Amino acid sequence: MRIPCPFCGPRMLEEFVYLGDAALMRRPAEGATCDYVFLRDNPAGRHRELWRHEGGCGAWLVVERDVTTHEIFGAALAEARDAG
Amino acid sequence: MQADRLSGGGLVDRSAPLPFSFDGEVYEGFEGDTLASALLANGVRLMGRSFKYHRPRGPLSAGPEEPNALVTVGGGAKADPNVRATVQELYAGLSAASQNRVGSLRFDLMAVNDLLHRFLGAGFYYKTFMWPAAFWEKLYEPLIRRAAGLGALSGQPDPDEYEVAHAHCDLLVIGSGPAGLMAALTAGRAGKRVILAEEDFVLGGRLNAESFEVGGKPAALWAAEAAAELAALPNVRLMRRTAVFGVYDGAVYGALERNADHLGAPPPGLPRMTMWKVHAPRAILASGAIERPIAFGNNDRPGIMLAGAVRSYVNRYAVLPGRRAVVFTACDDGWRTARDLRAAGAEVTVVDARPGAGRDEGFRTIRGGAVVDTAGRLRVSHVTLRHPGGTEDSASADLVAVSGGWSPALHLTCHLGGKPVWREDIAAFVPGATLPPGMHVAGAARGDYTTLACLRGGAAEAASALGVSPAEAPEAEDGAAGVSPFWRVKGAKRAFLDQQNDVTVKDVELAHREGFRAAEHMKRYTTLGMATDQGKTANIPALGIMAELTGRTIPETGTTTFRPPWTPVPIAAFAGRHKGKHFHATRLTPSHDWAKENGADFVETGLWLRAQWFRRGAEKGWRDSVDREVVETRGGAGFCDVTTLGKIDVKGRDSGAFLDRLYRNTFSTLPVGRCRYGLMLREDGIVFDDGTAARLGEHHFLVTTTTAKAVQVFRHMEFARACLWPEMEVSLVSVTEQWAQYSLAGPKAREVLARIVEPGFDLSNEVFPYMACGAATLRGGVPARLFRLSFSGELAYEIAVPARYGHGLAEALAAAGAVPYGVEALGVMRVEKGHPAGNELDGRTTAADLGLAALGAKKSTGFIGREMERREGLQAADRPALVGLRPVDPSAKLLAGAHLLEPGAAPKTETSLGWVSSVAFSPSLGSSIGLAFLKGGMARTGERLRMWDGLRGADVAVEVVSPVFIDPEGAQLRG
Ligand SMILES: [Zn+2]
Repeated sequence: MRIPCPFCGPRMLEEFVYLGDAALMRRPAEGATCDYVFLRDNPAGRHRELWRHEGGCGAWLVVERDVTTHEIFGAALAEARDAG
Repeated sequence: MQADRLSGGGLVDRSAPLPFSFDGEVYEGFEGDTLASALLANGVRLMGRSFKYHRPRGPLSAGPEEPNALVTVGGGAKADPNVRATVQELYAGLSAASQNRVGSLRFDLMAVNDLLHRFLGAGFYYKTFMWPAAFWEKLYEPLIRRAAGLGALSGQPDPDEYEVAHAHCDLLVIGSGPAGLMAALTAGRAGKRVILAEEDFVLGGRLNAESFEVGGKPAALWAAEAAAELAALPNVRLMRRTAVFGVYDGAVYGALERNADHLGAPPPGLPRMTMWKVHAPRAILASGAIERPIAFGNNDRPGIMLAGAVRSYVNRYAVLPGRRAVVFTACDDGWRTARDLRAAGAEVTVVDARPGAGRDEGFRTIRGGAVVDTAGRLRVSHVTLRHPGGTEDSASADLVAVSGGWSPALHLTCHLGGKPVWREDIAAFVPGATLPPGMHVAGAARGDYTTLACLRGGAAEAASALGVSPAEAPEAEDGAAGVSPFWRVKGAKRAFLDQQNDVTVKDVELAHREGFRAAEHMKRYTTLGMATDQGKTANIPALGIMAELTGRTIPETGTTTFRPPWTPVPIAAFAGRHKGKHFHATRLTPSHDWAKENGADFVETGLWLRAQWFRRGAEKGWRDSVDREVVETRGGAGFCDVTTLGKIDVKGRDSGAFLDRLYRNTFSTLPVGRCRYGLMLREDGIVFDDGTAARLGEHHFLVTTTTAKAVQVFRHMEFARACLWPEMEVSLVSVTEQWAQYSLAGPKAREVLARIVEPGFDLSNEVFPYMACGAATLRGGVPARLFRLSFSGELAYEIAVPARYGHGLAEALAAAGAVPYGVEALGVMRVEKGHPAGNELDGRTTAADLGLAALGAKKSTGFIGREMERREGLQAADRPALVGLRPVDPSAKLLAGAHLLEPGAAPKTETSLGWVSSVAFSPSLGSSIGLAFLKGGMARTGERLRMWDGLRGADVAVEVVSPVFIDPEGAQLRG
């Protein structure tokens, strides 16, 4: 399984670390943190999630993946806000 | 004397005789032989003893599906057990031994198990070895392991080298039979990058085992010419001896190449095996089909083989496995074996289970009949034949060739969840509609059984996979493959289904009677389909019999599914070079060699090796060294390598504001030239890590983390920067390895430091007070950073220099009068000072639990963890909080992990008041001391409690004290 890093090109899975749902990028104002920390959607299908290319360039990426087939549709740089 | 070798034909090189040995006996085979074919050529039929009953066994197959002929190749550390003789290539000097016998192979003392078969049937282990449980470890398991088993490991470290490598292609072709070769030719001629992986050492698959022609020439010759054309194409890579064993996500195929198992003396540097990760967006599975046996009485004797395997031995290896042969078949394919055997000089009887099958070809033929039973101690000698009317007679036979039809080798189609479907017309499972992405199936693997269909299918699938035109198929046979489902001879005694696990038809019947009717239950109860062959020849017949017993169709009974690996793969091949000291990287600090020369023992902390203590003179145990290091540091000056602390350089206009959001306390107000302790929380309010931040400039901070959390903290900070607040102007760089850093501590630390910095550098308390930081130059012009930080409670500095000066600085510190101390002494001094560390920051504790609620308490801006830290549960008054402990009897020892109880309370979960997190022997206080989390915390100061540890049998009276054992006012560190 490979993830297409925008900087490094397609690289093997073992170079990346996984964090979770890309919704983590939308940190709420105080008052809604409990849901932010503990509640996640659990879709069977396409899922946008955060991976870091830790064994490569170190960038945080938003990767779109089908969690039922593990097909990866693409990866964008997280700090480019259009990815969020 | 190769008595059973044919004088002509075959793919063996008679000019290259190869001596080899089996069970100490020396034989000769030829280049091109497998161990099994060479033994058969020498008249050897008996090659092993069965798993449970120790019945004599010979090869059933001529390929990787072999259940019986498992041997150990080589000796000593290189002994390789459970090698399939049908796959092992012969080489000069090969030495093999039979397995699973007590005594000699011919007179196996454990064969008595065969007489006990009535008691050793399905579920025997579950029923017999049930009670008492304590007998398992001491009696039952060793007994079972000795009595039933396969080959044994050498018990020594594997001396061979293994490699892991990646390969890339446009098309991976799996299998090199007619379909695989045509697929490779189609893609290769079109200029695509092709990898053709073949498990065998010769390309051609079944074409090498058949006597018919392809393209007007012998099939094997056509295959050799196709292989030669492919070899000449620069865009085609032929990988022989390479088994594709698994399909993984993202179109990655696992393939095991056996580089050296066919060489008597491999050249130095050649790995034994290579684990290939093949990246192939498109793949053609052309893995062929596996022939099915028929279950009849005593169908497991040496000399009873699959009919297709007999043709392999005759046509490819030029071996005649028997002279009086009975071909027992339920399909047309068996008749080919009869013809080839007759052409090779054998006398042949054909028993076809199908009434009215086959033309009259001059064989003695029984249509609608069956082989019911066999006789012969170490090799089949007679068969009992049943005629259509029910009469039986006996015939002499030294070879029984069996064919119950063929099952597509569709294993790889199932690895990503594909489900096979049953095709009634060929009585076989074929790949279902859901295939691994990019995979096409061609040839017999999808149920196309004629040679022409395989040739055309391979070309067509490759053409459609790649959008190119198909290579033109040569002329080849295209006869219909008549087959009737026929799994077993009714009424037969002891008919084996899974020869590797000694599972009989009766075992399946028993499982059925006892209610294990689902295919998966039946397999587990009987152990059918387990071990090295994974039931390649047994699964489908067993399913067929279960269907008969339950009166259902095969698809109603169940399906077969397969998981990786297709073939056994040594764990060593997965590990590759990552073994021994290369299992993971080792990080060394710049003073490592210096520490080693100065008596250090090292401890692994993550990937780092850190000096644990420094042995001096006559010190006998580690405690002597550690106590001395503490005493000498607190009495003078000591230094410790703290390079391993994570160091993160934070720069940018928003650095201060950024750190404010990450830490519980505030950094934007920190003056330039000052440091501050910081506590970082997780978003859920629990303490994540602690460390310090030094403000080196208006827009420049240096943050430290603990050694253990360095990676996670940097990852977290990068997450915050890139994912939460990309609008902030801040950049982060890990500089852990760029700076060597030492803690210099003790009342004489300033004197020592003065000898190291350039003369004139003002170290006075007024100019460089506690928590000051700044640039300095060391003698010799070495640039350095100084931080007045203390972890020990002493007057202390941290000195950082570019890593290349680290070794020299250790030398300079020692020369200036500081003693080196290791991480143990560091730990003792931090416990004495009551500093929380890893044992306290254990992922469950809050700032308040650690007694650090005041840090950032007045902060007005938000930070990660702030809201969740205020959860009711984390605010509860009875949460265990940090305290110090001393034993009432100073000679008693405290234990980390022990519980705290009221004196006299029964030790129960409900009565536990907390736990001891860290302990140390304090040379300064002359007793064991500890840090603990106690309900009520510091409010219980002065109370006497019970420290109880049921695991280690400790029960010690303790007193609750302040966690700061040394210098509670902090006069020393500010001095
Ligand atoms: Zn990258």
